[in-house]
Amino acid sequence: MNAKSFKVDLLARVEGEGGFTVKIKDQSVKQVALNIFEPPRFFEAFLRGRKYNEAPDITARICGICPVAYQMSACQAAEDAFGVHPEGFIRELRRLIYFGEWIESHALHIYLLHAPDFLGYEDVIQMAKDYPEAVQRGLRLKKIGNAVMTLVGGREIHPINVRVGGFYKAPSRKQLLTLEEDLKWAREAAQETVRWVATFRFPDFQRDYEFVALCHPSEYPLIEGRLVSNKGLDIPVNEYEQHFVEEHLQHSHALHSAIQQRGAYLVGPLARYNLNFEKLSPLAQESARNAGMGQECRNPFQGILIRAIEIVQACEEALQIIQNYQMPEHPSIEVVPRVGTGHGCTEAPRGILYHKYRFDERGLILSAKIVPPTSQNLKSIEEDLAEFVSTRLHLPNDRLEWQCEQAIRNYDPCISCATHFLKVRVERQ
Amino acid sequence: MTAQPQTMMFIGVGNPFRSDDGAGREVVRRLQGEVPPCVKVLEETGDGAELLESWKGSEHVILVDMVLSGAPPGTLHRIDARMEKLPVWFSHSSTHAFGVAEAVELAREMDDLPPYLVVYGIEGLDFSPGTHLSPEVAAAVPGAANLILQEIMQISSA
Repeated sequence: MNAKSFKVDLLARVEGEGGFTVKIKDQSVKQVALNIFEPPRFFEAFLRGRKYNEAPDITARICGICPVAYQMSACQAAEDAFGVHPEGFIRELRRLIYFGEWIESHALHIYLLHAPDFLGYEDVIQMAKDYPEAVQRGLRLKKIGNAVMTLVGGREIHPINVRVGGFYKAPSRKQLLTLEEDLKWAREAAQETVRWVATFRFPDFQRDYEFVALCHPSEYPLIEGRLVSNKGLDIPVNEYEQHFVEEHLQHSHALHSAIQQRGAYLVGPLARYNLNFEKLSPLAQESARNAGMGQECRNPFQGILIRAIEIVQACEEALQIIQNYQMPEHPSIEVVPRVGTGHGCTEAPRGILYHKYRFDERGLILSAKIVPPTSQNLKSIEEDLAEFVSTRLHLPNDRLEWQCEQAIRNYDPCISCATHFLKVRVERQ
Repeated sequence: MTAQPQTMMFIGVGNPFRSDDGAGREVVRRLQGEVPPCVKVLEETGDGAELLESWKGSEHVILVDMVLSGAPPGTLHRIDARMEKLPVWFSHSSTHAFGVAEAVELAREMDDLPPYLVVYGIEGLDFSPGTHLSPEVAAAVPGAANLILQEIMQISSA
């Protein structure tokens, strides 16, 4: 038989609901479609008419895994519109809570969601029987990430202490130092994570991606920088819409992003690493080298390894912030709303998260646009699958399905984040 | 002998902004001040990974959550998790599909279950946004709280 197709109706171990279909005919891949059927969520629509200082808390609700990313991009966009720029220890606290989210999100993905693929288990429960120590390590790492978010943000899911201009309340130095011992343990555990993940077998697969990430003169990308790619893009965040477009495809409730004239691009750990290796700390670089990694990596299956390296980075930077911290005199700077448009872009665990708002003179939101990392990666995920499957057509369907799911999980896709984009058109006859 | 401080934990799980999903936490709130001081009382969202870390080191753990098994609303289920697997209707937590049932099974595989782990489930009905329990569930909360309190008192005075 020349034609075959297979379909996974419900992807496991991803955030949100989606599936995918691959159609094969005459020994070639005819169609690959990621079907995102999580219902649309209309966040941009219900932000309209709300006050600027509600955006961080409303958009945080888009995701239970990366709420800090939404808060940071929303704050940055409002601050951009109103011409203010928090610095010093307020900025450091923002980086700290964000690193907490990276630790939590990356540990969850590596240990609970993705490692079972590489080790041949159905899920982490099966894997835990043979790797109890590793799972315990992952759980404690995740918990420490949560503890950082709780201390700075008031609670770990949808923190309540973040505001445009800074924070409602700044923690004391003494409070932050309570995290120090745990973070020292986490830094060790993160290095152990790199060593452990480096022993996995990675499918031999590489693609020539256009990587897009923030670039800051001295920091590994997180809360600030220009948008840069390995294929010539180098723009300030406020030019995002001149270079990136979003398309609506019939099979998906999520919009697909593309770079104008070039198409798919990739955001997230792989992009950050390739574009910013030299800004990793010496310890993170050493971990990478010991794991056999060079400065470039084009194998998406090694994203799990880069996530582990990023946990080392996050723990180290978080520790430095805590050790140098002095409680700021004011937890936030003054913000006076004015008519304007603001852009924000920060590095969520899964890649760049772009927000744009237009405000009136009272700071009410006239329009909002949010582009989460997963919808920026959807095109790359589909292209990965098409190319990956075409070299593995000889495999039986169940094996191929397994490997395709693994390939999708390389991106740690957050489908819940990606589906609040849908243009609704009512047709009347 | 009285249980050592902090070795007994009473955890309410759920989302109090989703109507009946808050039932477990309502039971916990009702018993605040009633349980002996040696019992650590916690309210959790139901993130399985978080639960595993929370009950670490506790000898006795009693957990109460909302379930949806098809029984009449307000029905109270009691499962001795050391003796039997948690039914699938305990695995309703959404985030990356890792909830109470997964946490219990993961701990079982790692041979890391608390020596005493009892999970109560209150049958829910309405999970729409809101902070009120539906009448059947609200009516069941005092009875559930009493039963659970009895169990806690029995353990702590044993």
